Amino acid sequence: MRHIISVLMENEPGALSRVVGLFSQRNFNIETLNVAPTDDPTLSRLTLTTFGSDQVVEQITKQLNKLIDVVKLVDLTEGQHIERELMLVKVRASGAQRAEVKRTVDIFRGNIIDMTPSIYTVQIIGESDKLDGFLQALGGMHILEVVRTGVSGIARGEKTLSL
Amino acid sequence: MELLSGGEMIARFLKDEGVEYIYGYPGGAALHIYDALHRQSDVKHVLVRHEQAATHMADGYARATGKPGAVLVTSGPGATNTVTGIATAFMDSIPMVVICGQVMSYLIGEDAFQETDMVGVSRPIVKHSFSVKHPSEIPMILKKAFYIASSGRPGPVVVDIPKDMTMPNEKYEYSYPESVSLRSYTPPAKGHSGQIKKAVDLLLAAKRPMIYAGGGVIMGGGSELLTKLAQQLEYPVTNTLMGLGCYPATDKQFTGMLGMHGSYEANQAMHHSDLILAVGARFDDRVTNDPDKFCPSAKIIHIDIDPASISKTIRADVPIVGPVTQVLEEMLSLIDDAPARENQEHIKEWWKQIDAWRQVHGGRYDTSSDKIKPQAAVEACWRATNGDAFVASDVGQHQMFTAQYYKFDKPYRWINSGGLGTMGFGLPAAMGVKMNFPDETVVCVTGEGSIQMNIQELSTCLQYGLPVKILCLNNGYLGMVRQWQDMNYEGRHSNSYLDSLPEFKTLMDAYRHQYVEIRTKDELDAKMEEAFAMKDQLVFINCYVDPEEHVYPMQVPRGSMRDMFLSKTERT
Repeated sequence: MRHIISVLMENEPGALSRVVGLFSQRNFNIETLNVAPTDDPTLSRLTLTTFGSDQVVEQITKQLNKLIDVVKLVDLTEGQHIERELMLVKVRASGAQRAEVKRTVDIFRGNIIDMTPSIYTVQIIGESDKLDGFLQALGGMHILEVVRTGVSGIARGEKTLSL
Repeated sequence: MELLSGGEMIARFLKDEGVEYIYGYPGGAALHIYDALHRQSDVKHVLVRHEQAATHMADGYARATGKPGAVLVTSGPGATNTVTGIATAFMDSIPMVVICGQVMSYLIGEDAFQETDMVGVSRPIVKHSFSVKHPSEIPMILKKAFYIASSGRPGPVVVDIPKDMTMPNEKYEYSYPESVSLRSYTPPAKGHSGQIKKAVDLLLAAKRPMIYAGGGVIMGGGSELLTKLAQQLEYPVTNTLMGLGCYPATDKQFTGMLGMHGSYEANQAMHHSDLILAVGARFDDRVTNDPDKFCPSAKIIHIDIDPASISKTIRADVPIVGPVTQVLEEMLSLIDDAPARENQEHIKEWWKQIDAWRQVHGGRYDTSSDKIKPQAAVEACWRATNGDAFVASDVGQHQMFTAQYYKFDKPYRWINSGGLGTMGFGLPAAMGVKMNFPDETVVCVTGEGSIQMNIQELSTCLQYGLPVKILCLNNGYLGMVRQWQDMNYEGRHSNSYLDSLPEFKTLMDAYRHQYVEIRTKDELDAKMEEAFAMKDQLVFINCYVDPEEHVYPMQVPRGSMRDMFLSKTERT
């Protein structure tokens, strides 16, 4: 099953490599990963998605918690949560295709954020499934480049991951 | 406040932290630190002949005392040579702080002379690591390093110190940090009372209980309490390889070691038990055999300081995360208050069954052979040392024979590389123990293979006058490798014969140590006593043992706990 694990950790050099190293060392997989400082500059927030049985995910969270740099973590998929991912797609669009790409972008509530006479650069935000869906919908178009941020997530309601 | 250079701070901190010995080897990036050590006399530096040995010496000290060992090496090869020793300590949860020199901070990343990313190299085998960015950080970083190494589930910590952090002329205010707190690290202080109560209820109702105790009991200082608990309940006890000594081996409730080379009775009792109380043990693959077939009718109570150890390979029914001493104390007080127990009849039956299992194998070996059996050599060593020596071991058949036949009655006495299985560990570990317990008998049980992996340390023994006794069970083979080749490769002994062994007698002469040779059975006890009578000298006891011998019992691969080979011709 897919899990989104959100980690609050010390914003120190080497902290990220410890987290990433742990996954390869213990044969856990990482599907997506993103990390950035928080409003508290001493803390970074790292969000990763992984697949595994309950037992594997239990080990992942325990092993992550053991890292000295990890302050707190939560498996967002255990409760109600919101997840978002941002994707940039550069697609070739000329002639009749321009209108079709534009329509598809509108349907997915995306934005065209840059253009040349033959190229659109599109930004799409949403759950990972929606981003996958957009790429599928572009089907026959000539996609030149795809950049995805990986999943960010936050719990619904009053629950927070903070000190 | 006092002004000190980075190098001086390190020396002063070690003194203030109560470190008596630091084991190491100098080199360019560590020279400022070495100079600071030279200008004081509180902390004594022990010069090894290879950095790996420095880590094993510190490790031996830590295993014998429960306190963190300290190591000092230079950058690059000095640091990388400690990797095996750090991994050894990591696998067995041994507290250790390794201070590594590093190239000047402005050279880092430029592939400078003797530069290695030691924090990166050691990352998977340390509990934590630090890199010093400013000299003024040194006291607090070292304090954190010692605190992390020795608290919670202990482990090795690396502190990487660029040379320009220790400049003699750059002085900063020094004060010893009395306390330390880390917002992201708080070791469990107390086990959950509800869980402890549940565990005690299960224990008091059990019909076929087993107490399975590991190295965590020893390092957590819980041996006495565990013994008390077991004796109060009158339940059978088994120890892991790492846990030997946490329960007295000569006591009638002790069923021996469990696992791959565990006793017949311990493995049978585990398999048939209805309740396992696991304390400071981690259900590793050399204990459980096939985890899917592990102890089918047992409920499992698992006490450990590390939550990640619980339900990692075998699911626990009652997990208890906490310090072994606090949890066992709380259990004992609940047992004291418990009303008369109704499981007494079942326990009597259980003991009858265990005693019957004891008759099946009972640690037997061929005593009629003309050759010296390695088991007999270990038993002779046990007699010659009154069963009271510190015994450090290398890795292989001799290690298993020692675990089986040297009956450890006290904790902290059995010093061996259980998790990593590091050949070359024994001699330096024994040296680390001897240095700190000069009046005690310290033996290194080894083989002619293992001893050659750190044999250069005979020189360190000479320099510091470390009269350890080296008992070499010499069978001319890498015995454990040979055993597996006999059993799994139709006796094809690929590279397990050690040709061209040195003349150990000549070698001991070269290092001005003593040499005793044992070739026949009838001289075993006399020669052993002769060797141990030379209190003030290192004695190498070259004991020629039967090369054909295998270690038994041995669990059948991918079987359950109870599936064992009992000899070359018998299996369960």
